[in-house]
Amino acid sequence: MKDVIIIGAGAVGCTIARELAFTRLDMLVLEKECDVAAGTTGRNSAVVHAGFNNRPGSLMARLCVEGSRGMEALCRELDVPYRKTGKALVAFDEEDMEILRKLKAQGEANGTRGLRLIGKEELERMVPGVGGIGGFYSPETAILDPFKYCIAMAENAAENGAEFRFEEEVTGIRREDGGFTVTTGKGEYRCRVLINSAGLYADKVSAMAGVNDYHIYPCRGEYFILDEVAEELLQMPVYPALKAGIGGLGVHLTPTVHGNIIVGPSAEYIDEADDYACTPPVMDKLWQEAQALLPTLKRRYVIGNYSGIRAKLAPENEGGYRDFVIREEEDCPGLINLVGIESPGLTASRPIALMVREMVGQRLPLVKKENAVRTHRFPPVFAKLAREEQERLIREDPEYGEIVCRCRRVTKAEIRQAIENPLGARSLSAVKYRAWATTGRCNGGYCLNRIVDMLVREYGMRPEEVTLRGPGSEMFSGEVK
Amino acid sequence: MERCDVLVLGAGPGGLAAAAAAKKAGAERAVLIDRDVRAGGILNQCIHDGFGLIRYGASISGPEYAAKALAEAEAAGVTLRLGLQAVSMTAQRTLLAQGKDGLVEFQAGSIVLATGCRERTRGAISVPGSRPAGIFTAGVLQNFVNVRNILCGKRVVILGSGDIGLIMARRLTLEGAHVEAVLEVMKEPGGLARNISQCLYDFGIPLYTSHTVSNIIGKRKLEAVEVSPVDDAMRPIPGRAWTVPCDALVLSVGLIPENEVALTAGVAVDEKGRGALTDEYLMTNLPGVFACGNCRKVMDLADYVSNQGTLAGENAAHFVQGEPLRTWNDRESSGMVKGLPAPGSVTCPICPNGCQIVIDPETGAVSGNRCPRGLSFAEQERIRPMRTLTTTLRVEGGPVPLVSVRSDRAIPRDDLQEAARRLKACCVRPPIRLGDCLAELEAGGVTVRMLAGEDVL
Ligand SMILES: Cc1cc2nc3c(=O)[nH]c(=O)nc-3n(C[C@H](O)[C@H](O)[C@H](O)COP(=O)(O)OP(=O)(O)OC[C@H]3O[C@@H](n4cnc5c(N)ncnc54)[C@H](O)[C@@H]3O)c2cc1C
Ligand SMILES: Cc1cc2nc3c(=O)[nH]c(=O)nc-3n(C[C@H](O)[C@H](O)[C@H](O)COP(=O)(O)OP(=O)(O)OC[C@H]3O[C@@H](n4cnc5c(N)ncnc54)[C@H](O)[C@@H]3O)c2cc1C
Ligand code: SF4
Repeated sequence: MKDVIIIGAGAVGCTIARELAFTRLDMLVLEKECDVAAGTTGRNSAVVHAGFNNRPGSLMARLCVEGSRGMEALCRELDVPYRKTGKALVAFDEEDMEILRKLKAQGEANGTRGLRLIGKEELERMVPGVGGIGGFYSPETAILDPFKYCIAMAENAAENGAEFRFEEEVTGIRREDGGFTVTTGKGEYRCRVLINSAGLYADKVSAMAGVNDYHIYPCRGEYFILDEVAEELLQMPVYPALKAGIGGLGVHLTPTVHGNIIVGPSAEYIDEADDYACTPPVMDKLWQEAQALLPTLKRRYVIGNYSGIRAKLAPENEGGYRDFVIREEEDCPGLINLVGIESPGLTASRPIALMVREMVGQRLPLVKKENAVRTHRFPPVFAKLAREEQERLIREDPEYGEIVCRCRRVTKAEIRQAIENPLGARSLSAVKYRAWATTGRCNGGYCLNRIVDMLVREYGMRPEEVTLRGPGSEMFSGEVK
Repeated sequence: MERCDVLVLGAGPGGLAAAAAAKKAGAERAVLIDRDVRAGGILNQCIHDGFGLIRYGASISGPEYAAKALAEAEAAGVTLRLGLQAVSMTAQRTLLAQGKDGLVEFQAGSIVLATGCRERTRGAISVPGSRPAGIFTAGVLQNFVNVRNILCGKRVVILGSGDIGLIMARRLTLEGAHVEAVLEVMKEPGGLARNISQCLYDFGIPLYTSHTVSNIIGKRKLEAVEVSPVDDAMRPIPGRAWTVPCDALVLSVGLIPENEVALTAGVAVDEKGRGALTDEYLMTNLPGVFACGNCRKVMDLADYVSNQGTLAGENAAHFVQGEPLRTWNDRESSGMVKGLPAPGSVTCPICPNGCQIVIDPETGAVSGNRCPRGLSFAEQERIRPMRTLTTTLRVEGGPVPLVSVRSDRAIPRDDLQEAARRLKACCVRPPIRLGDCLAELEAGGVTVRMLAGEDVL
């Protein structure tokens, strides 16, 4: 019998796992995919929101502001790339300006610091080429690497004793005296407290435990990924002033910690929570809106597309946002539900985890674990090091001399460390998100073959066992001969 | 800091020829670096024949061509530094490279860029739909299939009619996969007439021009693509799509010159094509920095690349010596016939002219050939088309899983698939030397010898 089972290894589940792993609770995380960050956590804008978008008094507003304030220190502790860029919103007319004034007042009510309205010149200095009559500046807004954030949380939790099981989709939950029995495709597990952080499927998981109160409306957001042109074109996220109604923040441009720019997301209610398609009408519209925002963007910068899906509690005809649901269910004691954790869920994940920790504490004793480790370190990122450091690494391990991914200058040593990751995730995506290989402008044209070759020749996988994202996503049919 | 007169970046056909020529033109020290541990560039994965028609007067495979070019560079006294990836350079002609032995800095009198090209990807052209496993660019797949012994799938759709896609259509067919269709969004196919004829027509693979993939279906693994005809603006025409089940989608949608390193020094590139811009001496905007081959402008034939490399290397040496430079004429590299073969014609593969030869079925009169060799080819084509077979053999106990082979004579076209199938069972052991006979098979009533296209030691 476990003390706690967490369903879903996204940012929310992993952050909860990390917080609880500082206690002596015995804990298991069940994830249906082959790795962490496989859901919405790996498919968003990666902005650390400062908290001015949300209704004062809501959980979203409070947890977002708290999360934003703690994020820099947290990322330092976990070795996660983070950069406080600030953020600009652009007004194109007086109506927009009025929206921004209201937004500023809302942010101030929420406790967001440093917000100010800016004139045309200052806006132009911050975001050259953007146009508009003026805008609004938030100095506290930041960007981070959501993959490494989630991976660091999970690895730190695992180091402190949390157990992770992948490719285990929860298909049934039985309530029993003093606990739950959770069924997956592979086995049955028992626990006292059950935490449902299943993201887009949190409504279904909740229903398995007999709590039918929720319905998630998946709402897709599509993105373009642009080449590493951020340094030249865009120092901070830029958003339009948002006219009321839609449940997103409007098509925006965001630099990433890797120097790319992402353009998006759109907002479109869809039927299936795993339909990550990119669709031509939406892509066309996205591009038009992006160019209206920043005319210096060129189509040839595009190196890819992706989409993420919002776990909305508000149906399409209602629009906008409903607040996060984070609660122990009265009708089902011991079940802690996290439902509708859409944006700013990434930003708010740590305060969410602390809230959940308190709830767990109502049921189980939270005894501090002696010698738990709080800090986490990733293997060095070769491309980011000073030259002397690079030379030292190559001397120590010649595989640092061998570049496998040329776009990102990722070395063989780093690919090896990614393949041998502590969580045991073994797919191309697992390597991609850890070493950030295959993510450049050649989309893996150079490194994909080399990585697969390592998996096959050095790790003994058969070609047909190599997957893009776990079982069912096999890349190859086998050997040629 | 290592000093040299001429530093050549990239050991494909362009770089090999440039380095050899620099040396021959009197450069004291000509250093050729490449990130790969093997010289030859992209040629090593191009196991089909059709290379060398101009430079060597014979149709040989990519690896064979690379071996010849390498031998010439070595004979000329070029200093080869393999396994070294250039990461940055300056307008003062210093270059930083990285390899297993550490970081190396070079100071060169002149530099020749010969870094080749990369493929345009799905991302760059924004193919709609989901993002499952099973989508490859043609060159990536070529490397998997021809070098690493890994096969993508059994039912394949190819998007784009670039030459690499056409070549892969044939390769995959010979390896037992079924190529369902080749789709081209433009009105005319992009590849050479020779390749359309020998890679598609020979195997009855349908080519749909003015068609594209309008949707990718399959959440984790590719299940099918939706194919649509397109209008004049190249947009899918609604309501006319059909679905083609497949487990691999191969993209052959263009090549982009590779100039990452050059850009760090401020080499000017063409805004649209992304190739390094040069003057008539093949010199870029930076004095003493030259460019040749696919990083300058994507070319159809490796032979042209070598010719251009030769001139760039020579000029690079002369630049250091203060001698006058020679000029390059782009017309020297544009002889090949592209697009659909003329109706009812056969495309002569004997020389790069690729004449479209027509034989009048009534009178037997032959037209379109520019020389008599084409006449005999066309006559043979009418009786029984003959083709060279290129494929790979499995290597047991060697450093690589495959070795490329080419038949020493043409075999009947209709026997190609069966011959390739029989060779699948064949397995060879090192040491293998280029030109070794690795297998024999009966085809068309004669014994055909399969010759190794490269050393495997
Ligand atoms: C387009 C878009 C943009 C966004 N931008 C931002 C932003 O800029 N800043 C920000 O702070 N937030 C942003 N968000 C919100 C943020 O991404 C999410 O709030 C956050 O990632 C949610 O994390 P999660 O762990 O709840 O969900 P997920 O990451 O989806 O994790 C849930 C996990 O549960 C697993 N799972 C589901 N069902 C089962 C089952 N039955 N058994 C086992 N496992 C299961 C899933 O596979 C998944 O891994 C954005 C969201 C979207 C869609
Ligand atoms: C996938 C593919 C298939 C092709 N098939 C054919 C064909 O069938 N027939 C044909 O005639 N032509 C074919 N071509 C065209 C062919 O590339 C050219 O004809 C010729 O090979 C180009 O020669 P190159 O020397 O310019 O470049 P490449 O042969 O590409 O050589 C460039 C070299 O530069 C090296 N390099 C690049 N950047 C660096 C760096 N930063 N540091 C160190 N080294 C570096 C690379 O490793 C490579 O070895 C093909 C091209 C591609 C991409
Ligand atoms: S007919 Fe003669 S000139 Fe024409 S392609 Fe054939 S060999 Fe070359």
